[in-house]
Amino acid sequence: MTKTSYQKSPYEYGFSTPEISVFKTKKGISKDVVKIISGIKNESDKMLNFRLQAYQYFIDQSLPTWGPNLSDINFDDIFYYLKPSEKEGHSWDEVPTEIKNTYDKLGIPEAEKQYLGGVKAQYESEVIYGSLLKKLSDQGVIFCGMDEALKKYPEIVWQYFGKIVPSDDNKFASLNSAVWSGGSFIYIPKNVHVDLPLQTYFRINSQKMGQFERTLIIADEGSFVHYIEGCTAPIYSTDSLHAAVVEVFVKKNARVRYSTIQNWSTNVYNLVTKRAQIDEDGIMEWVDGNLGSKITMKYPSNILAGRGAHAEVLSIAVASGIQHLDAGAKAIHLAPNTTSRIVSKSISLNGGRSSYRGLVYISKGATNARSKVVCDALILDKKSRSDTYPVNKNSESSAFIEHEATVSKIGEDQLFYLMSRGFSQNEAESMIVNGFVEPIVKELPMEYSLELNRLINLQMEGSVA
Amino acid sequence: MIKLKNISVSVDKKSILKDITFDLKPGQIIALMGPNGSGKSTIALTLAGHPNYVITSGQIILDKNDITKFSPDKRANLGIFLSNQSPVAIPGLNIKSLLWQIFKKFHPDKKLSLSEFRSWLSLEAENLGIKSELLDRNLNEGFSGGERKKMEVLQMLVSSPKYLILDEIDSGLDVDALKIISLRIQKLAQDLNSAILIITHSAKILDYLKPNQVLVLDKGKIKTTGDSSLIQKIESLGFNS
Repeated sequence: MTKTSYQKSPYEYGFSTPEISVFKTKKGISKDVVKIISGIKNESDKMLNFRLQAYQYFIDQSLPTWGPNLSDINFDDIFYYLKPSEKEGHSWDEVPTEIKNTYDKLGIPEAEKQYLGGVKAQYESEVIYGSLLKKLSDQGVIFCGMDEALKKYPEIVWQYFGKIVPSDDNKFASLNSAVWSGGSFIYIPKNVHVDLPLQTYFRINSQKMGQFERTLIIADEGSFVHYIEGCTAPIYSTDSLHAAVVEVFVKKNARVRYSTIQNWSTNVYNLVTKRAQIDEDGIMEWVDGNLGSKITMKYPSNILAGRGAHAEVLSIAVASGIQHLDAGAKAIHLAPNTTSRIVSKSISLNGGRSSYRGLVYISKGATNARSKVVCDALILDKKSRSDTYPVNKNSESSAFIEHEATVSKIGEDQLFYLMSRGFSQNEAESMIVNGFVEPIVKELPMEYSLELNRLINLQMEGSVA
Repeated sequence: MIKLKNISVSVDKKSILKDITFDLKPGQIIALMGPNGSGKSTIALTLAGHPNYVITSGQIILDKNDITKFSPDKRANLGIFLSNQSPVAIPGLNIKSLLWQIFKKFHPDKKLSLSEFRSWLSLEAENLGIKSELLDRNLNEGFSGGERKKMEVLQMLVSSPKYLILDEIDSGLDVDALKIISLRIQKLAQDLNSAILIITHSAKILDYLKPNQVLVLDKGKIKTTGDSSLIQKIESLGFNS
């Protein structure tokens, strides 16, 4: 440890629930901040070196300029680490009351009761509370915080950590690799089917706070898991940054479904690198709902490495007002008979801007690979905007890429039809929009589909007011 | 009662209807006939309040309300129901949930649970010859013309309207379906003492829903007014007689 001290700031009151951090690093990022984070966590030199190397990559890389404008991010004005309480609770009773109140509002204990599955909740940088049904641990399932995993299962972690999202992948993956904290680690043993979804909530509760969690999922041969993450943040007047890295390994014949309901407040930069490697006959499915954030850049990527591997990305973006949601997907076909399907639906309203950005790449030798991309955009008013940036690269003559794109305005005739059934314009628009996203919403468990519909309706109401 | 008083209507600044005046009284059935493009559907859409159909002069009075400038939802809530000539599809909008929402809107006082409502709905659907799996689908997505018309009738039954505007409800229906649907509408109108305005090219539906009055439209104007004997005349001699 070094001379640089961390600030001790218990019970510093914010706009919403009081911030109850035990300590946080000083603002800004430097080698020292990286060292402090690693030191607080009592990490091995190996991880410290990984972080410092990543920090150098972060410094060396420039901001991506091909997408939304990121030039307003002030990296010196962000807290990179904040520890909310002394330790991770293992039962709900141990969790501090302030944090409990926040989670109660999010309905986490209820969610847990309903699913009897595992729940992990990340508040600021650290995993606060984790529980795992005994049955799952008896089956050999590991579901814990990333920090805990690094301590308990270093061999497994190091075998996969940073392997499909290397620390120099892009500026924000480098940043995450340097200052990462928390996130989930999941290992599903061979042929184990986890029937109930495993869930995590992430929340930023402090101003100018960065959240840099790291998620690593390994689904061994023939296994199945559905992982759900939800993200929220209260509204602050200053910007926050969320730069996560997610790595998913889908082994032979395994299937992983990864669902996200992202509802960050509209001053959060949400810049996430998500990637999966799919082995022979494995199936990777991403269900991605993007409602919040100021700017989102997120393109779940699928490396179809084994013969017959399949990837599926279903995404919704609802961009309203100042929001610019740049979302999409990538499918990299490297093996024969691999298939991918990307369905992207976006809604732009009240001046919002949504974009689809995608890549389908089929390498030579990926014989009979098939990919289908469907982009549907719905634009609710003249102030709003939607763009698509699809890139297809096919080096295999027996392979086939299909791309469909539609852009529609809410049809006058549909609106009139529903209004002539007695519904107000607002109600009618909501019904049309909910119908538009229905093919994706129906893929989510009931609780989440209701939540997604509710959030969309809230945004629609806001647009009228 | 709805009174159309000297209504003129334009679409895209092009004049379509000129000086239309007639009353639609409770219990009454009016048949609106006329050649293609004479303005029949324009009358239907104008009554329902389609924003593209601009009333340039005249008034529509419903009981004591001047509804000339009312939005479509306000008119619907006063009891006007339009069965569309070509009902649109709304992707992702589940029919059962739509019908339940319409039901709640028009019958806020009725204490009917969702499951009671659904049993009632299944029965009505069966009587109308609607396959039950159709109700689990999204509104008119991939439906045939006839199926779409039946969906209009179901929505009509759920909203219990006072004024039924049937714009070519008979097109796309086979003879048996036409009979079943006509009789069901007739019963609905009798139960509620509703008024019916039927737009049709075929006299067949008028065998079941017997009009008290027939209006013949030509080039946006009412050319002839008469009783049901006019139907026979048009059937044999055409509109130019």
